[in-house]
Amino acid sequence: MNAEVRSIRTAAETALSEIFASAFAGLPGDAAVAERRRTAFDAFKVAGLPSRRVEDWKYTDLRALMRDAKPIAGAPDGVMIAAARGALAPYAAIDATRVTFVNGRFVEELSDLATAEGVSVTLLKDTLANGAGVAALSDGVSPVGNVAVALNAAFVADGVVVSVAPGVTASRPIHVANIQAGSEHAAYGRVVATVGEGGNVLLIESHIGDAGAHQTNSVVTLDVADGARVELVKIQDESLDTLHLATLAVRLGAKAELKTFALAAGARAARQQIYVSFTGDASTAEIRGAGFAGASRHLDTTLVVEHDAVGCASREHFKTALDGEARSVFQGKIVVKPGAQKTDGKMMAQALLLSEGAEADAKPELEIFADDVVCGHGATVGALDDELLFYLKSRGIPQKEAEALMVQAFVGEVIEAIEHEGLREIVTDRALAWLTART
Amino acid sequence: MLSIKNLRASIEDKPILRGLDLEVKPGEVHAIMGPNGSGKSTLSYVLAGKDDYEVTEGSATLDGQDLFALGADERAAAGLFLAFQYPLEIPGVATMTFLKAAVNAQRRARGEGDLPTPQFMKLVREKADGLGISTDMLKRGLNVGFSGGEKKRNEILQMALLEPKLCVLDETDSGLDIDALKVVSEGVNALRAQNRAFVVITHYQRLLDHITPDVVHVMAKGRIVRTGGPELAHELEARGYADYVGEAAA
Repeated sequence: MNAEVRSIRTAAETALSEIFASAFAGLPGDAAVAERRRTAFDAFKVAGLPSRRVEDWKYTDLRALMRDAKPIAGAPDGVMIAAARGALAPYAAIDATRVTFVNGRFVEELSDLATAEGVSVTLLKDTLANGAGVAALSDGVSPVGNVAVALNAAFVADGVVVSVAPGVTASRPIHVANIQAGSEHAAYGRVVATVGEGGNVLLIESHIGDAGAHQTNSVVTLDVADGARVELVKIQDESLDTLHLATLAVRLGAKAELKTFALAAGARAARQQIYVSFTGDASTAEIRGAGFAGASRHLDTTLVVEHDAVGCASREHFKTALDGEARSVFQGKIVVKPGAQKTDGKMMAQALLLSEGAEADAKPELEIFADDVVCGHGATVGALDDELLFYLKSRGIPQKEAEALMVQAFVGEVIEAIEHEGLREIVTDRALAWLTART
Repeated sequence: MLSIKNLRASIEDKPILRGLDLEVKPGEVHAIMGPNGSGKSTLSYVLAGKDDYEVTEGSATLDGQDLFALGADERAAAGLFLAFQYPLEIPGVATMTFLKAAVNAQRRARGEGDLPTPQFMKLVREKADGLGISTDMLKRGLNVGFSGGEKKRNEILQMALLEPKLCVLDETDSGLDIDALKVVSEGVNALRAQNRAFVVITHYQRLLDHITPDVVHVMAKGRIVRTGGPELAHELEARGYADYVGEAAA
C-alpha cells in the first residue's frame, strides 16, 4: 500500500474524518478502546480510500465506489423496526439464538438471546466497556491496516461476542441479523467468536436492506480452537444502492474444521474479504460462495488462505452469475508457508455471463514455500451453452426459463453444500427470486 | 398436418436443404432415409428451430401454423417434438425438474394451469415404468450418467409426457442395441394415434422393422428424391444409396 501521507482528500475521506471527530466521544468503550479506535482511524487516514493503483483494490476502486460518507445511523423508529420484522420473516422457521441489529443498533424485541449451557452470546458494546474491548477490536488474521477493517474498528458501536466452551456443541445456531432501514446511513457491525477445543457451532449472518443508499461495514473474526468445528453461512441481501464491505478473518487450530458459504445477492457494490489462517496441523476449510448481479452492480470476493501448518486442506469454490453490465471480481490467494508440508489446496472461481455487457475478472494466485504440497487453482468465465439452451427450448421451455434452469444448475453445486436445510432453502429461494426478476 | 414446401436452408452460407417438399397427414408415419450428409438431421433442426440454420426459401406449416414464425419453445408448444440423435446432458438439472418444467411450460403456453405435483408425479411414474426408466434415473441430472439406450428412452418419455402432434425422430436407432431398439420402438408404437404423425429419420432400415412406416422417402443432397411404400426401405437396404447420390448430383 502507498504509505505517504496524501494531502489531497476526497470528499468521502474528509467527511469520514469529520464524522469520526464528532462521533468519537460517543462511541462505546474504555480508554484503551478509544486509543485503539484512534490508531485504526489514523491508519485509515494515512492510507486513504484505496484506488485501483493499490494492487489489492485494483479491480474494486473503493475511492470511485465511495463518493461520499454516509452519516452514522440514529436509533431505528417503530416503522423501521416493523420493516425489520418483515425482513426477518424468511428466518422465522429457523430456531436460533438471534441477535438483531437495525441500522447497527441492537433491537431486543427482534432478538432471542437464550443459549444452551456452554454457549455465551453477548453484545459487543458491553465487552468494549469491560476491559476486553481492545482484543475484540483486533484485526483477527486480516492484514493490519486493511481499510475496511480499520474503519470498522474506528466506528463500530455494537456487535456480538460469541463464545462456545470447549467440548460444547451449540444446540441452536447463532443468527446475527443486520437490517438496514431508512434512506441513507452508515452502519458498522462486528462478530467476535471463539470456539473452544472440540466445540461446534453454526453461525448465520444475514445482511438485509430496503431501498436505501447505505454503507455497511461488517467484520467477523472466528477463533477456532483445536478439534473445533464452525459452519458459517452468510446471506448478503443488501439494498441495491448499498455499498457493502465485509471481512471474515478465521484462525484455525489443529484438527479444526471450517465450512463457510457466502451468498452475495444484493448491494450496488460489495466486497467480501475472507482471510483464513491454518495455524495447527490437519485442519480443513471449505469456503464457498454464490453471487448474483445485474444492472451495473459490482461483486468482489477477495480471499487469502494461509497454510502455516502441516497436512491441512482448503477448498474454495465461488460461482457468480452476471447480467446487464454487472461485474464480478475474484481475487484468491493460497499461501503455503515454509514447513507447511502435505498442504492440499484447491481453488476454483467460475463466472457465468448472461449478457454481452457483463464482465468477470479473476486473479488466482499461489504462493508456495514448501515442496511437498498439492495446490491448484482454476477460473472459468463463460456464457450459457447454446446447444443446451436449444435442447430445453425444444421441449417448450421459454428462453428465460431455460436460462434460469441452467443458472440454478450452475450455482446448485455450491448451494447444496450448505448443511442446514432451512438455510439452503432460503439461499435457493433467493437465487430463484433473482432469476425470476430477470424474466 | 405437416406441410413443407420448397424448403431451402443453409448453415454459414452453405446450402444444405435445396428445395425440399414433404406432406404428412395425421396418423401417418413417414420414414426419411438417405446417405450421410443428405441433410436429414438439418431438416429436423430446421423444423425444431435451431438458431444455427438460416431458412432462405420455402415454408413449413404445422396444422396451418407457420413454424418459421415461432421460436423453438413456441414450436414445441404448438405440438412439434424432436427426439434428438444425441440427447444432451445437463448436470445439476434433475431429470424430474426438467420434465416438470417442460410439461408446465407447454401447459402455460396453451393457457392451462400447471399440473399439480402429485398428479404430475403419478403421470411420470406411469410413463417411465413402461419404458423401464427408474426413479433413480429421474432424480439424476438430465441424461447425466445415462447410457445411450437410456438417453433415447428418456427422449421417448418426454414425447409421451408432452403428447405432441408431430414427432420427428432423428436417427433414434443410432447407438442402440437390439433390446434397446425394441423398447424404444414399442414406446413409439404406443404413441401412434389418429391425430398424431411421425417423421422417422434413419440411415438404416432396421428401425423400420419395428416402426412400420406408411410412406418411405429417400433424401439426397437436400431434397426428397424418391417416395414409395415400406418396400422402398428394403430395396435401399439391399442396394444401398449409391444410385441416389449419383441421381441427386446430376
